[in-house]
Amino acid sequence: MPGSLIGTLRAACGEEHVLTDHHQLRTYESDGLLQHAVVPRAAVLPASAAEVVAVVRACHEHGVPWVARGSGSGLSGGALPVAEGVLVVLTRLRRIVEVDLPNQRLVCEPGVSNIAISAAVAPTHFYPPDPSSQIVCSIGGNVAENSGGAHCFKYGFTTNYVTGLEVVLADGTVVELGGKELDRPGYDLHGVFVGSEGTLGVATRITVRVVPTPESVRTLVAFFSSPAHAGHAVSEIVAAGVVPGAIEMMDRLSIDASEQMAHAGWPADVGAALLVELDGPEAEIEARFDDVARLCAEAGSSEVRVARDAAERDVFWKMRKAAFPAMGRVSPHYYVQDSVIPRTRLTEVLERIEQLSRDSGLQVANVFHAGDGNLHPLVCYDGHVAGEAERAEELAGEIVLACVQAGGSITGEHGVGVDKKRYMPEMFAEADLAAFQKLRCAFDPDGLANPGKVMPTPRLCGEVPGPYRRHPLEAAGLADRM
Amino acid sequence: MSRVAAQQLLPTSAEEAAAALHETQAVRIRGGGTKLGWGRPLETTAVELRSERLDELVAHNEGDLTAVLQAGVSLARAQEAFAAAGQMLALDPPDGGATIGGVVATGDSGPLRHRYGAPRDLVLGVQVALPDGAVARAGSKVIKNVAGYDLAKLMSGAFGTLGLLTEVTVRLHPRPLGWCTAVGRADDPHVVAQAAVQLAHRPLEAEALDLRWEGDAGAVLARFGGSSAKRRAEAARIMLRDAGLEVDCVVEDEALWATQRDDQRGSAVLRVSATQERLGPLLDVAREHGARVVARAAHGLAWLGLREEAADSLAATVAQVRAALAPSPCVLLDAPAAVRAAIDPWGPADPAQLELMRRVKSRFDPKRRCNPGLFVGGI
Ligand SMILES: Cc1cc2nc3c(=O)[nH]c(=O)nc-3n(C[C@H](O)[C@H](O)[C@H](O)COP(=O)(O)OP(=O)(O)OC[C@H]3O[C@@H](n4cnc5c(N)ncnc54)[C@H](O)[C@@H]3O)c2cc1C
Repeated sequence: MPGSLIGTLRAACGEEHVLTDHHQLRTYESDGLLQHAVVPRAAVLPASAAEVVAVVRACHEHGVPWVARGSGSGLSGGALPVAEGVLVVLTRLRRIVEVDLPNQRLVCEPGVSNIAISAAVAPTHFYPPDPSSQIVCSIGGNVAENSGGAHCFKYGFTTNYVTGLEVVLADGTVVELGGKELDRPGYDLHGVFVGSEGTLGVATRITVRVVPTPESVRTLVAFFSSPAHAGHAVSEIVAAGVVPGAIEMMDRLSIDASEQMAHAGWPADVGAALLVELDGPEAEIEARFDDVARLCAEAGSSEVRVARDAAERDVFWKMRKAAFPAMGRVSPHYYVQDSVIPRTRLTEVLERIEQLSRDSGLQVANVFHAGDGNLHPLVCYDGHVAGEAERAEELAGEIVLACVQAGGSITGEHGVGVDKKRYMPEMFAEADLAAFQKLRCAFDPDGLANPGKVMPTPRLCGEVPGPYRRHPLEAAGLADRM
Repeated sequence: MSRVAAQQLLPTSAEEAAAALHETQAVRIRGGGTKLGWGRPLETTAVELRSERLDELVAHNEGDLTAVLQAGVSLARAQEAFAAAGQMLALDPPDGGATIGGVVATGDSGPLRHRYGAPRDLVLGVQVALPDGAVARAGSKVIKNVAGYDLAKLMSGAFGTLGLLTEVTVRLHPRPLGWCTAVGRADDPHVVAQAAVQLAHRPLEAEALDLRWEGDAGAVLARFGGSSAKRRAEAARIMLRDAGLEVDCVVEDEALWATQRDDQRGSAVLRVSATQERLGPLLDVAREHGARVVARAAHGLAWLGLREEAADSLAATVAQVRAALAPSPCVLLDAPAAVRAAIDPWGPADPAQLELMRRVKSRFDPKRRCNPGLFVGGI
């Protein structure tokens, strides 16, 4: 890397905000997917959109790749640095620019945490997409991953709430996509940017829609002998036309683990717990809550517990949210998967996972967003035992394939990153990947933004993939004419 | 593939459509033919690529609340099939003859937009025939997926300028068993706008929340569905009464909402992307010009039905309304061809954004085969 690049970065952001010392850089070598680590050449912490522009422009001039990073909580290696490149850390861009409650919008910088958005519009409003990592993760990361959360079955995902973005493209130009208004004329480029995993540019300003806080919430947990029975209850609830605010499932292993942290006193002999929360107008909850309890009982629930007050509701949620961290107590290491299946295939896919787990000799805990069919199988292993990490990764891969074969997706909310790019061809044909590449090339023809992520194999933009290779020059010529 | 006339291409599969696109210089894409008057006049209309033989309802996965539809399936036909299972695709734009492909391509929506969003929010996956002869898919068939770029968003509202949508996968919702609408009427536009916005700030979970204005009177309409529809409509009725409106609750409310939908059309209609706060001033402007208004209050979206006028004075009215409503973008939908030729139906575009849109277009359709000239900036 030419020394002058570092000089330019230092001039733009200040000496102390450009890290080049190996020891300091190690802080940023991984995101939440600790299985991967790469130390970048430099990490830079700009404090404003203008500084981001200066950084990205300097990288462009020097032909150096860069990776945007929010809070680094991503679970697919999306913010994994590139060894030759610059890591653009956005944690200092953490201003809430405008709380526009009269229009139910909030405008902020990308480093603002997810939970700070709901806090800024409380108590009358809230921002629905609520990843379990919401205390730490940044809205910029949420935008890049199209993050979800427990309330997304009813309320939708990040993409349904982002109405506008200010984006710095890989050549350093700034473009406004969308705005506070909906349906602005033109291509839905903010819609396309959401979920693009940092490969189309850096979001430096984000406008989101916020909605009124529900009048009332009521929560129950129902215990079943197996996840299959609980899955049956989910189908019945949905078929009855109930749209719960959240509907989450935990299996035996994850209940055991969470119990050690949350001490909810849930029965020790059950195979699955189903957490169902109805939120909304009191009148509607009253009309449907008993239906939900009855449907659970009819599906074979051994016990239905209704949260009597806010404290008990918090305990129920603590059990669910503790599942990931608590697993660390049960198993030295674990590997989280994020596949999605059509809800109706739940029983057979769970059986398949159980079979795969038995075959490999590794335990798999299941915690999932049951309404969406988004599974989070946690493959438990001990990295100190030779070969176990590899076996865990292999098992995780087989689980992903089983889900795709059932008509699902390799990832519901964590993103492809580096972790799942090798499974992309299981879901997408070459023509599909070629179409993705067209989009990427429109935004970043030099391939400098987060290279090596999402796409299964690296591609250049000059070539026109697919059967019609003969046109690249014509295409370029036309591009200029337009 | 059969050709009804030399100028019409009627593919029966996505592959045929892609081949046709690749072999033809330029096409006008046609679904149900209900919105051919939208956008800029096409640079060529010599060849028409029609989706009408892509008319299979491929799958209705009742238990998963999803469906796969070929682009030429009429929305009305699809809704009948979903209704039989107590479900709905929560898209209710006007135009009985519209195809799902056309609705998605134009991003059109109706009153249910309030709760369920636009086509972009309900389309889970797409299959498209691209001008380079390829058939590509994006998205998935499940309700949650983040693998790959969201080309479904790119194609929704792209007006067929990047390729032909051949199939879409959509999320369905349970169809509410009963409906009830609270209506509040007033002859002061600010009372109407304020009351509507006030309801938008309450946690009502209405299925739809519209306002309307015509002549010297307006109304707020809040529609509720489900087991508690009547109780909740009654609560909304009281809020509207307290805001000073003349109120009513209507159980047989279908006609009210059919009118809201129909009034999104007219001889000249401007679709305004406003905000909640700009709705009051918008009603003032509409009244000044004798325009009828239908609006999705919470989303700040409005359709202004302009009075019939000669082409040149209509063009002048559009310019005046745009100036008065700035910075809200105003897109001219239905309008006589002479007016669409005289003024840009899309209005001004931000140069940096337009440049990026052109780059997208040139990657997907470098030879400008698909609906050339129709879109923003002449894309
Ligand atoms: C315990 C735990 C629980 C979790 N629970 C959930 C959950 O329930 N639901 C869920 O969806 N996810 C969950 N996650 C995953 C993660 O928190 C989300 O993906 C989150 O959105 C990442 O945000 P971040 O700020 O940490 O982003 P990072 O990890 O820093 O980055 C993620 C990606 O975003 C890109 N990026 C970051 N900022 C920008 C920007 N401003 N512009 C462009 N690109 C940018 C990066 O390049 C990278 O590709 C969980 C993670 C953990 C550790």
